[in-house]
Amino acid sequence: MSRTIPALALGVAIIAGGVLIASLRVNPYLYFAGYVILQYVVIATAWNILGGYAGYVNFGTPAFFALGAYTAVFLIQTLRAPLPVLILAGGLVSALLGLGIGYLTLRLRGVFFSIATLALAVVLQTMIINWEFVGGSRGLSVIRPAGPPFGSYVTFLFTVMLALAVVAVTTARFIERSWIGRGLAALRDDEMAAECMGVPTLRLKLFATTVSGFLLGVAGAPFPYYVTFVEPNSAFALDYAVNALAMPMIGGTTSWIGPVLGAVLLGSAQQLATVTISSELNLFIVGVVLVAFVVLAPEGILGLARRVRGR
Amino acid sequence: MLEVRGLVKRFGGFTALNRVTLHVKPGERFGLIGPNGSGKTTLINCVAGAVRPDEGQILFEGADITTLPPHRRTRLGIARSFQIPKPFRSMSVRDNLGIPLEYTGRARGEGTGVDVVADILKSIGLTAKAHVRPAGLTQIEMRKLELARAMAARPKLLISDEAMAGLSSAEVDDILAILFKLNAQGITIIMIEHIMRAVMRFSERIVVLDAGERIAEGTPEEIVRNAAVEKAYLGE
Repeated sequence: MSRTIPALALGVAIIAGGVLIASLRVNPYLYFAGYVILQYVVIATAWNILGGYAGYVNFGTPAFFALGAYTAVFLIQTLRAPLPVLILAGGLVSALLGLGIGYLTLRLRGVFFSIATLALAVVLQTMIINWEFVGGSRGLSVIRPAGPPFGSYVTFLFTVMLALAVVAVTTARFIERSWIGRGLAALRDDEMAAECMGVPTLRLKLFATTVSGFLLGVAGAPFPYYVTFVEPNSAFALDYAVNALAMPMIGGTTSWIGPVLGAVLLGSAQQLATVTISSELNLFIVGVVLVAFVVLAPEGILGLARRVRGR
Repeated sequence: MLEVRGLVKRFGGFTALNRVTLHVKPGERFGLIGPNGSGKTTLINCVAGAVRPDEGQILFEGADITTLPPHRRTRLGIARSFQIPKPFRSMSVRDNLGIPLEYTGRARGEGTGVDVVADILKSIGLTAKAHVRPAGLTQIEMRKLELARAMAARPKLLISDEAMAGLSSAEVDDILAILFKLNAQGITIIMIEHIMRAVMRFSERIVVLDAGERIAEGTPEEIVRNAAVEKAYLGE
């Protein structure tokens, strides 16, 4: 507990720093790119709570992300709800989906669970494509509210996403260091043994899928205001599924800092490639880096660092 | 302490347990033997909660636990070791023990002290390996870890599922000594074992299963002289 307060203070300081950065008058594209990287910090961290801590690999990240985004679209269309409401609602709806996925773990383990989550994304995308009210397959233009609290709307969104990243990482760190995190690690190693050692595995798995779903939805909720044009192909993009998995794997899945490292490194590399070479190269970069890591450093950057220090 | 009444378990058309009834008294050293495929492990899985029986009842200290999930049974005081060791591979030996200690301790409102881990490791002889991960353990150390981890759940009833299979004679004696010591501390022990020398020496009472049926019960001396047991193991 004694280390919680400094961690919270650091979080607040980071957000304050973000507000400060947002008020600088540099190239607006930097905020635009920064938003994407921060969004990936949230996504990678959220994915890792289920995939890294509990060992259940989720290929359905786009489903959760898009559900957050489309919940926001729905609320904008019906109520013109303010951004905080969108974020909270997007998170809650995705959390419900997460809870549902959690019950799947009763019957599906390992790769079968992963396949089910992949199917989930396809089913959900089909539903959205056929729902005209939120734009259907044609998509929908979203008008940003006038007058952000400070700066332009993009710099404002950048700060919001920074705050969300701080919340996500703090949550992950708290889970990891609590009895919940230790229980999740036990069931990741051996679910049967964990259950027989007094760990309520089902309850912990439901907790992990719900929190993970919530944070993925939270990451998606500001998306409509960021892109201002939402359509299924970009909201359900394969990039989210691949990156959500690749970033924690590259950083290291056993600690909260791993997904952050992976998201910042890989996210920056992708943004750089998009500008300098081509946007098509993004997934190619991820693929190459991921294969390299799986072969050479299966425990990610953290594992590498540990090995170097161990010598 | 533990009462199993008319337990039936079928896997498809195969009847693994057919109306098995047995009773274990508090503080007892209880042996469960039988040829391969006789239903010993299925019976233990039913008692520990990993498998739900089709018929029958399981009572622990008078309470019906037939439908409780495994973790609730562990909190009530039933702990088991696994035939094939299932350690938490990402954790040190000490942290392996920390899991049951923490989770049963929380549920019972007891402490989750570090000294308990040290005591258990000492009594089982793993102190030197406290910070090693399971990958760095030998076969016998792995078996000891199974027992130590079960002990960290602070059970009233310990089920030892073939803790000695594949060990050398001296190592068998080593594990036996540990089990005797735990029993002297007041823990009831059910031993499932193929090594006759060990079961006969350890058990006060033995039940023999064959093809899912209980075919004999008695002291080790009685079991050795039992014709049905001889037939089950050696054929006619």
